[in-house]
Amino acid sequence: MNTANPVPNTKPAKKGFELFEFLYKYGTIITIFVLIAIFAIANPSFIQGSNIVNILRSISIVTIIAIGITISLSVDGFDLSVGSTVSLSNAVVVSMFVWFSQNIFIAILAAIGAALLVGAFNSFMIVKVKIPDMLMTLATMFIIQGIALTYTKGATVSQNMIMPDGSFSTGVIPPFFAKIGQVPWIIIIMVVVVALVHIFLNYTKHGRYMYVIGGNKEAARLSGIPVNKYKVLAYLLSATFAAIGGIVLASRVMTAEINSGAPYLMDAVAAAFIGLSVLGAGKPNAFGTFVGAVLIGILSNGLVMMSVPYYAMDIVKGTVLALALALTYYRQK
Amino acid sequence: MCVTILLEMKNISIEFPGVKALNEVYFSTNTGMTHALIGANGAGKSTLMKVLSGAYGHYTGEIYIDGKKVDIRTPKDAQENGIQIVYQEVDTALIPYLTVGENIMLNETVNDMGKRQFVKWNKIHKKATEILTRMNVNISSKTLVSELTLAQKQMVLIARSISKQCKFLILDEPTAPLSHSETTELFRIVRELVKEDVGIIFISHRLPELFEICEEITVMKNGEFVIKETIADTNQNRIVEYMLGEKLEEQFPKYHVEIGETVLSVEGLHDIGLVKNFSMHVNEGEIVGIAGLVGAGKTEICKALFGASKVTKGDIKIKGKSVKIKDPSDAVRKGIALVPEERRKEGILVQESVSTNLTSASLSKFSKFLSFVNTKEEKKISIEMIKDLGIKTPSEEAKVQNLSGGNQQKVAIGKWLISDAEVYIFDEPTKGVDVGAKKDIFELISGLAKRGKSIIYASCELSEILGITDRVYVVYDGEVAKELETKATNEEELLFYSTGGK
Repeated sequence: MNTANPVPNTKPAKKGFELFEFLYKYGTIITIFVLIAIFAIANPSFIQGSNIVNILRSISIVTIIAIGITISLSVDGFDLSVGSTVSLSNAVVVSMFVWFSQNIFIAILAAIGAALLVGAFNSFMIVKVKIPDMLMTLATMFIIQGIALTYTKGATVSQNMIMPDGSFSTGVIPPFFAKIGQVPWIIIIMVVVVALVHIFLNYTKHGRYMYVIGGNKEAARLSGIPVNKYKVLAYLLSATFAAIGGIVLASRVMTAEINSGAPYLMDAVAAAFIGLSVLGAGKPNAFGTFVGAVLIGILSNGLVMMSVPYYAMDIVKGTVLALALALTYYRQK
Repeated sequence: MCVTILLEMKNISIEFPGVKALNEVYFSTNTGMTHALIGANGAGKSTLMKVLSGAYGHYTGEIYIDGKKVDIRTPKDAQENGIQIVYQEVDTALIPYLTVGENIMLNETVNDMGKRQFVKWNKIHKKATEILTRMNVNISSKTLVSELTLAQKQMVLIARSISKQCKFLILDEPTAPLSHSETTELFRIVRELVKEDVGIIFISHRLPELFEICEEITVMKNGEFVIKETIADTNQNRIVEYMLGEKLEEQFPKYHVEIGETVLSVEGLHDIGLVKNFSMHVNEGEIVGIAGLVGAGKTEICKALFGASKVTKGDIKIKGKSVKIKDPSDAVRKGIALVPEERRKEGILVQESVSTNLTSASLSKFSKFLSFVNTKEEKKISIEMIKDLGIKTPSEEAKVQNLSGGNQQKVAIGKWLISDAEVYIFDEPTKGVDVGAKKDIFELISGLAKRGKSIIYASCELSEILGITDRVYVVYDGEVAKELETKATNEEELLFYSTGGK
């Protein structure tokens, strides 16, 4: 029956409420500065230029992967398979050089092509078979992890590796490819990715449609937006950025270790979710994701400098993620 | 036969923010009979029954059972007094991955376990089977509820209600989703229960049904009690008159519009659900109504026309050319726009700004080079639209969730005005909208027709249908029951056909 919808009260009710809003918007950025201050006091070398470059370099792969997750989140999806996709593209690109002596273009195209297949598989299962995003990409995560392992026969791929037939591999990774993973290029790639996706999501028609779909799928459909097409696009993009992450990783370490992408997944997820609240965006956004990655990078770097053992690091990262989520979801109530 | 017990509700009033939903309502019925409760949409039937079943605790007034005053404030109070309710949405009350038996005995396993920690399964299934046999329903108590049909689920809910002591059983529009044979089966069970001295309160929009199954009828209108009669002493037309009362005065703008050629015509449309053999056409500059009660299939028709639900059969023609509408995005390209009924769920993006909402259906217009959105142009047109439609908002940047219902609706309509369609489908556009904004919306719709657009206006508010349309299709059970010229008809006739009269 006609139970009228009460009009939501738009005016801030009390002072405490405003403080919370302030924390919501600027909490992450304030935290970053507070952390910088603490670490700098504890160890002045923390704010030296070389260390800052170090931090930026260390977060660039996480950021690129997290940007992919951000895109999947923007259509109210969630791509958990990016970690495995990183492993896959890492293995593909290195093996192209080492096993098959291919040139740089073929190697990179093959890696991105493999990732696009993953994205296509994800989007088919999600859009056509209608499996919930998170469950499907979780399944894909296992499948692709297995495929990457099978492809490399469970071995680390590197130059001069021993092949199954006992000979040594003869292919080399071109020196130009090695540049990608070094300063300044690795940082430039990250900045370009963040900027491009930020512009894509905020200033183009397609980005707007994705946010509309993420905000209200049914309304989007009834507005005539081809929802499925954009979901497919989101998963293809997410896989592409995972592939770029894998390629950069390959260039940085010059090998393809087993499950090399797995450790990046949780950091990237954390960065994307921390990014939700940055500057009060309230939705997945590229800049926020970058800030989230910076926060995690500073924490890791600073804690290492303060001699916190590496095995305790995940406790801190997980806590930060929980706090960021609390900030986002407590407010939505 | 036991002694009949009398249930009385006296001077029941209840208020929700801004609305007085019930005003000094009187209601009474006995055990061992079926009592019909009827009224137009918004008359307060469901609200009254929610009071009786304890869903709303903040009413004023008294409830007497067998002459004794009882205080019913929570569903538990109601159950202790032997009052049970089966809501229309059966799925909300059932747990799909448990068995029929577990669902029937849910209240016992939740409330009557005491200190026991282990569930006695054989006892539960035995008791559930007993109840099902008593009702003469042939479902195994070990079937999973998720495997049942809608009608069977309803049976399970009724079984649950009578698993405890049940003096009065409220059925809130139980027949709306049922087929004819399923309805017959339900009626059989209702009669069995009446024989066992249960008092049934039966809410329905379908007059012929009520006349078939009930002995007494209470009519409500605008949250007030109108009359209680025995079915034997009344007839359908009289009930319709009571439901309507005097007509509401409303301001409908009327422009003289030359009605042009047929723009959209539909022949024999079927969808996977309710819609059967639906045919209609709408001309240039014409406002065509789709009238019908809640659940008659109006929304389904609108969605089928817009490509938003699966159409299995039927021929759609736009300007004489046969077309296939695959999905909503296809419909938009072909010049059809839909303002959906569930505004917050389907029509607007509450988290987004007014301007994002307004341009969401026509963003291509504002993006050229590399798909970049021309925000300046977007802002300009949004401000224009806000002014044209009189949307009350602090700015075009304000989030839509902070606007009132009427203004949200204007935003939902505005987005299609920018996209400039040929055929506009409105599904209950005045739902939850205040009087002032209603008038604006009527003006807007008439204005569109004046500009030569074709309008399809679906509503259960018959007075609106009469006020604004040129021609009307009355829909009953997913089918066109009657096509009428608005000038030559009246509310009684519309209501007659929409309640299944022939």
